Amino acid sequence: MAYEIILATTMAITVLFALSLNIITGFCGQVSLGHAAFYGLGAYTGAMLTKAGWPLIAALPPAAVVAGSVGFVVGLASLRVRHDFLAITTMGVAFLFVGLVRKQEWLGGEIGISGIPAAQFGRPGLLVLSIICAALFAALAVYIKRSWMGFAFDSIANDEDTARVLGIDVPRFKLWAFVIGTSGAGIAGALYAHHVRYIGPDSFGFVESVTVLAMVIIGGVGSVWAVALAAAVLSVLPLWFQFVSDYKLLIYGLLVFGVMRFSPDGIAGAVKRLLNRRS
Amino acid sequence: MLAVDLLIQGIVQGAIYALIALGLTLIYGLLRILHVAHAALFTLGGYVGVIVTNQTGSLTLALFSSMVLVGLLGMLIYRVAYRPLLDKPPLVALIASIGLFIAFEELFRIVFGSYGLSFHNPPLRTQVELGGGLLLSYSRILIIVMAVSFLSVLAWLSSRTRTGVAWRATVTDPQMAASFGINVENVRYLNFFIGSALAGAAGVMVVLLTNLAEPTMGAVASYKALAIIVLGGLGSVRGTLIAALAIGIVESFGTVYIGHILDRDAIAFAFLIIALMLRPQGLLRAG
Repeated sequence: MAYEIILATTMAITVLFALSLNIITGFCGQVSLGHAAFYGLGAYTGAMLTKAGWPLIAALPPAAVVAGSVGFVVGLASLRVRHDFLAITTMGVAFLFVGLVRKQEWLGGEIGISGIPAAQFGRPGLLVLSIICAALFAALAVYIKRSWMGFAFDSIANDEDTARVLGIDVPRFKLWAFVIGTSGAGIAGALYAHHVRYIGPDSFGFVESVTVLAMVIIGGVGSVWAVALAAAVLSVLPLWFQFVSDYKLLIYGLLVFGVMRFSPDGIAGAVKRLLNRRS
Repeated sequence: MLAVDLLIQGIVQGAIYALIALGLTLIYGLLRILHVAHAALFTLGGYVGVIVTNQTGSLTLALFSSMVLVGLLGMLIYRVAYRPLLDKPPLVALIASIGLFIAFEELFRIVFGSYGLSFHNPPLRTQVELGGGLLLSYSRILIIVMAVSFLSVLAWLSSRTRTGVAWRATVTDPQMAASFGINVENVRYLNFFIGSALAGAAGVMVVLLTNLAEPTMGAVASYKALAIIVLGGLGSVRGTLIAALAIGIVESFGTVYIGHILDRDAIAFAFLIIALMLRPQGLLRAG
């Protein structure tokens, strides 16, 4: 049972992480190649606080605030650079984060932080907490998608210049997308830190950023349920491939490539096509 | 003297970056694709270089075969991976490319082993004294000479030959070029061949410096080269060259003077972010 709980917790945290990027990339169309940096910010904030004696629940809001504030600054950058330039800038932010943490002795430097206290309500409790957080965030995402803000995000994703002409306050909505998305990643990070109980600079590298972006794209940009599904499946996929352990990353890479090559709009697109053919 | 030493190191590093990034910028200029898997071609170039040198003892042959082989693989990647995705949003090709890159890296690890390959007897290790206590190995000199000559040949090709003119016309306006009877498809294949061959050459050069071809050597190249072409203004060849040299030099000085607060990659990206905030369109405009 313990193994299933660990798997399910990994799933729930990854779903939350992917849904948070989906707000920025999926809803608002701003490509981020550095989302793991905010996951990392949340993880480090959470870990430092609980090591100082805070309970985990109390450490979640500060984690969201720290990640969200940095997200706000990066959002400001998105007002200045666009498209591919923005993708590379966010990638730079991720490297900057890792490079900085690596050299900070008080954050554990190269070695990272170990001995992070376990959640006081045990593993099953952490699972429940993770599921609640992921479900709340999914509900928030669905709510945003249907609200006026969702329409505004959509218009920015489709054609930023036209949105501006139509009188939509593009900078404000972009900043909101970044703040909401990065705060979500911060919470996911804090949960993650108490799930694995060891974090280091290499836990939040470029690969992690790309992996979460791949989840959003493979799910189908902007679709909440499909992104959640893709994140849940892809987060445990390498474990299912254990029987071919030497080849699991090879298969993973080919799978990511294959989905893009044959169904560029992801799982959501494939399902939609399938349903249309039936009817 | 330290400053001169660092400057030379920076220029050597910049020359290698330039060769990797040049292929990327050619491909971006033509197809608007951020071709991450380019770094896998660079890694393959390194492997071919080591293997052929060890088998035949000839570095020239190794360089040549690495460029041809990697160039052909580049064309194959275009045919299989990118051509069907050209009318899709650019993000799709980017993710496909990342997937391809992960798969290639793993493939190299499985085929060549995770510890990497080295030269049996590393060529060009001798050092020459430049006066004032400056030592420079032949391999570094060769890298600078090769980078300069490749770039000059490319500049000559693109401005003085029919193929070069056709290529530039296609970059500027593919539809107009096609209506003038240029076979755009051929230009694209040629583009991938040349760009990938340059990455292959860069792979051989890096292996000459480090004496180790390993599965992960492409990782640095994959993202730093992307940063360089963006800084150069995406699609601008001259901008890419300037950006490559700038990042090489900033890194080499940065690791010495601010290495205690930021690591090498972070220094390069900090420079990139500052530069982009000041000039959001990159150093030079594409064209």
